[in-house]
Amino acid sequence: MKPKFGVVVFPGSNCDHDAYYSLKKIFHTEVNFLWHKETDLKNSDVIILPGGFSYGDYLRSGAIARFSPIMNSIIKFAAEGGYIMGICNGFQILVEAELLPGVLLKNKSLQFVCKDVYLSVANNNTVFTRGIETNKTLKIPIAHGEGNYFVDQTRLKTMIENNQIVFKYVSKDGKESEANNPNGSLMNIAGIINTKGNVLGMMPHPERACNPVLGNTDGSVIFETVINNIFN
Amino acid sequence: MIKGQRLYKVKVLIKRRSSILDPQGKAVEKGAKNLGLTDISGTRIGKYIEFLVDSNDEKITKKEANEYCSKLLANPIMEDYVYSLEKLS
Repeated sequence: MKPKFGVVVFPGSNCDHDAYYSLKKIFHTEVNFLWHKETDLKNSDVIILPGGFSYGDYLRSGAIARFSPIMNSIIKFAAEGGYIMGICNGFQILVEAELLPGVLLKNKSLQFVCKDVYLSVANNNTVFTRGIETNKTLKIPIAHGEGNYFVDQTRLKTMIENNQIVFKYVSKDGKESEANNPNGSLMNIAGIINTKGNVLGMMPHPERACNPVLGNTDGSVIFETVINNIFN
Repeated sequence: MIKGQRLYKVKVLIKRRSSILDPQGKAVEKGAKNLGLTDISGTRIGKYIEFLVDSNDEKITKKEANEYCSKLLANPIMEDYVYSLEKLS
């Protein structure tokens, strides 16, 4: 049985259709859009908080969306162990909602960075990454101005102990260095998970790398893993 | 008190915590150097926000301002805030 997905739509979301398309047309799952003013999650098994510029990124990215009515249901869903995946702006919303630790600062370069990057899977024992080979890299696009992950040292220490760092920015051959860090993120962090293992946030866009027509399908493995692991 | 008769103006200053780098401040400071202002250093960029509170009670006003600042206007992980109250009538 495949899980049912819910893609949240905030005013200013712009990757909601990319996520919907990939889940529906590439992975043939049941998907519903969830308008941010609703509170019903339509029996979704996995909630996707998509990329975009919710509320115009005013104040701070994700800060206003975090108080949308649907977020109360999502916070409750997370507390009950429901699976949530925040991509780009969705990741920013998850940290603002304190469902994930830390914060996403302005890119070190101050520039909006839109390009393919390489990721390594730092923790392949999550429902989103189980079994993905850690010695292989995934080519996934990023497109953000505020993806510079920061967290204080005490919190970082517990995150490392709990194996909460899931994706890291690396070179094509898997080397981690400042040169392969597109935004200045602490420890090249590209994606993290909560301690319970049900809430994932990542800046790169796997939903944009699923369709062979687009020339890159490296993002597929993440969705396939979620689809295959949710009920196992 | 008639609703809408705003009595307090709150002026909030939000500053990025000193432990967090401010690349924007650094970039702006490069402009200062280009202007020939060689004595300038330590430029850091924050936010100024003001709003009104419909209340004639200072305690309630401060409570609401604190909640607004700590939950929404500032992110305590990266920012500190200070505010001042101005009684309008």
